[in-house]
Amino acid sequence: MNQNSKWYKKGLRDGIPIALGYFAVSFTLGIVAKNAGLSAFQAILAAALTNASAGGYAGFTLISENASFLEMAITQFIVNARYLLMAAALSQKLAPKTSTLHRSLIAFDVTDEIFGISIGVKGTLNPFYNYGAMTVSIPCWAAGTGLGVLMGNILPQSLVSALSVGLYGMFLAIIIPPARKNKVIAGLVIISMALSFAFSKLPLISGISSGMRIIILTVLISLAAAVLFPVKDEEQSTDEL
Amino acid sequence: MNYKVYIYIFVMAAVIYLIRLLPLTLIRKKITNKTFKSFLFYVPYVTLAVMTFPAILEATDSVWSGLAALIAGILLSYFGVSLFGVAVCSCAVVFVIELIIV
Repeated sequence: MNQNSKWYKKGLRDGIPIALGYFAVSFTLGIVAKNAGLSAFQAILAAALTNASAGGYAGFTLISENASFLEMAITQFIVNARYLLMAAALSQKLAPKTSTLHRSLIAFDVTDEIFGISIGVKGTLNPFYNYGAMTVSIPCWAAGTGLGVLMGNILPQSLVSALSVGLYGMFLAIIIPPARKNKVIAGLVIISMALSFAFSKLPLISGISSGMRIIILTVLISLAAAVLFPVKDEEQSTDEL
Repeated sequence: MNYKVYIYIFVMAAVIYLIRLLPLTLIRKKITNKTFKSFLFYVPYVTLAVMTFPAILEATDSVWSGLAALIAGILLSYFGVSLFGVAVCSCAVVFVIELIIV
């Protein structure tokens, strides 16, 4: 029990910088939610239940397009597929005897950042470490999203316009550093952006909703890359850190 | 219309939770299929790149401020600025450029 409270405190401490970053980034997510027509309560609910930036962004975009629920489910699966891999890696990090209850609670907040710190812990992972990080980061994520919705109405248009790119800045910060180290990823990022641009401009194809475009392009490009450039085990583990 | 938003939120939350829950509770051995593993490895990079461009050009009041934010974001990320720093600087670039041109 003493051991658990020690890990909980360590999780709290490591979670604070993550929570501060979340607060700023989720503010811009709130602006996306507001533009999609969500109330502050709905945006906070969505943020607290999903804890996902790209997933939240894609979800709010689909809501504004009045997409089908199936389209929403498929998009969320595709956009958040990386969490399958992270959750699988985390399952290896836990002691095998870790209960299903602990596993289910950790699963609620497997994000890029929390995955990063929990996989970085020495030895086996104590679930209470994750609970500590979740205690500070989930409220900040939700509160920032809600404030984004509310302040979006008060802030001048020039600020709203500026804050609208915050989320894209964050996406770039996730994909560019690995692209610098790995030429395949660099090539994929360039090809993905080029095809995404082409798909949005070409006649016929540009009629497809942006959500479906994301699904189609992601599956096609990732599958081609997986066949042409299969990943070695060591390469994968270093890049995920 | 309003109740529909809650169904959307429920679908989002349920799918995302299952994605995180199933590997943690079910898969206790490592995934061995190389192609599937590689596919999952590449997915985040491709999907985030597709979502960022060209959407970033349409997010702001001017295409040019969006383009400047994209370039600034790529450069700052390339030189190792943190997630938080890149997000804030991209916003600042848009704000300054739109002071001049909008």
